Amino acid sequence: MGAHTEIHASAFAGAFTDPVFQSQSVFRALMDAMARPGTITPLGATATPPAPLGAGAGAIALTLCDDGTPVWLTNALSHSSVPAWLSFHTSAPVTAVKPEARFVFIEAGGVVPGFDQFALGTQEYPDRSSTLVIEIASLTGGPEFVAAGPGIKDETILSPKGLPDIFLTLWTENRGLFPRGVDLILVAGADILCLPRTTKLRRREG
Amino acid sequence: MTDLATYNFAYLDEQTKRMIRRAILKAISIPGYQVPFASREMPMPYGWGTGGVQVTASILGPKDVLKVIDQGADDTTNAVSIRAFFQKVANVAVTTKTRDATIIQTRHRIPEETLTAGQTLVYQVPIPEPLRFLEPRETETRKMHALEEYGLMHVKLYEDIARNGHIATTYAYPVKVEGRYVMDPSPTPKFDNPKMHMSEALQLFGAGREKRIYAVPPHTDVVSLDFEDHPFEIQHFDKPCALCGAEHVYLDEVVLDDKGGRMFVCSDTDHCEDRREHGHAGEMLARQEAAE
Repeated sequence: MGAHTEIHASAFAGAFTDPVFQSQSVFRALMDAMARPGTITPLGATATPPAPLGAGAGAIALTLCDDGTPVWLTNALSHSSVPAWLSFHTSAPVTAVKPEARFVFIEAGGVVPGFDQFALGTQEYPDRSSTLVIEIASLTGGPEFVAAGPGIKDETILSPKGLPDIFLTLWTENRGLFPRGVDLILVAGADILCLPRTTKLRRREG
Repeated sequence: MTDLATYNFAYLDEQTKRMIRRAILKAISIPGYQVPFASREMPMPYGWGTGGVQVTASILGPKDVLKVIDQGADDTTNAVSIRAFFQKVANVAVTTKTRDATIIQTRHRIPEETLTAGQTLVYQVPIPEPLRFLEPRETETRKMHALEEYGLMHVKLYEDIARNGHIATTYAYPVKVEGRYVMDPSPTPKFDNPKMHMSEALQLFGAGREKRIYAVPPHTDVVSLDFEDHPFEIQHFDKPCALCGAEHVYLDEVVLDDKGGRMFVCSDTDHCEDRREHGHAGEMLARQEAAE
């Protein structure tokens, strides 16, 4: 009984204390970061979701998810209090069917499935694609990529740490599907870095 | 916010804002593509900028400074009423100075002053589909965008040349965004098209009646459609602004009397006032001072 009550308590707590203004400031960070890919942007507010979902990813879920946005969770997340927390605070349904997901949450260190398993949108409606929220160890200090595309003046360098080795291949394939494709929000703590499908990445040479 | 009968911050309910915010993020990810959204009834008629108002309401925060312009002017009906609306429902700071604003909602002009990285320009859009007057069926225009089939638009511009000897489209002049989507820049004069290209500011477009949101991120290619032998050109004016003497700005014609008297003045009122404050004077302004 004690453990049972504990799970429920963590599912009810930890949302925004000032939802209108905190979700506005988180959204503005997301908008700025999506408009300027590769720029590390602090989220204006954080949440305290149950482990293993992080504070930044939790704030993004509270800001963007509701009953109209099926959410796909990794194995670790779906076997925690996170589905109950999401359900209580956002009403978002959890789906096991990857192409149905509007949002995908992957905790730090979690397995990142191939991007083409999620909704990619159609040629007529490329907006009907999944947005992946991936928590990683750090937005800096990892392998360096050169990024170019809309929102980036000339080129910028980014070095997210904790993405799978196959990331560049997955991303290049995703980029090749344009205008279809998924969009990424990388989260480390309370900071984000966005990669819309338009961003071209290549490995930075020595 | 002590009044019980008050509205939610910025008028829209939170679920509507979330829906619009998701549409804005997808619009930024697919520059120039029109994202359908569940446009709401607003306390103003369609055609008064309900799309722009919904976009502004969804991005606006208490730290923002809002500027609203209507054909470049801060003091015309549409601008005044939308500015008053947001003062009332969001208690937000407002300004007429382009450089002080963080969000500029506009009806059919881009300010003369170059926009900067911290600014977002929100356009009010009547007809978002650039192909609509060439092909009325949504199912067909959607397919044309999907297949990147824009031949019809070039035929339209070619017919302009065949009839008039030049491309006669002067406003809502179609652009291609990042080499992929043909986009309606809203009925701004074609004079403003070059300002959209590689802008530092984020540009968001809202069409309330037509239920579409689209976007141009900063540093994005926005190229006006043209032909090698008929390259795109912006309007040129023979005279400088009659009040501030500015050249290379967009001018409005003002009829002064019934004897053919007229003057040409800056359409961007803030730009014009700023120049006059800094001592610039056009011929009509100078004449007035001499008479005093």
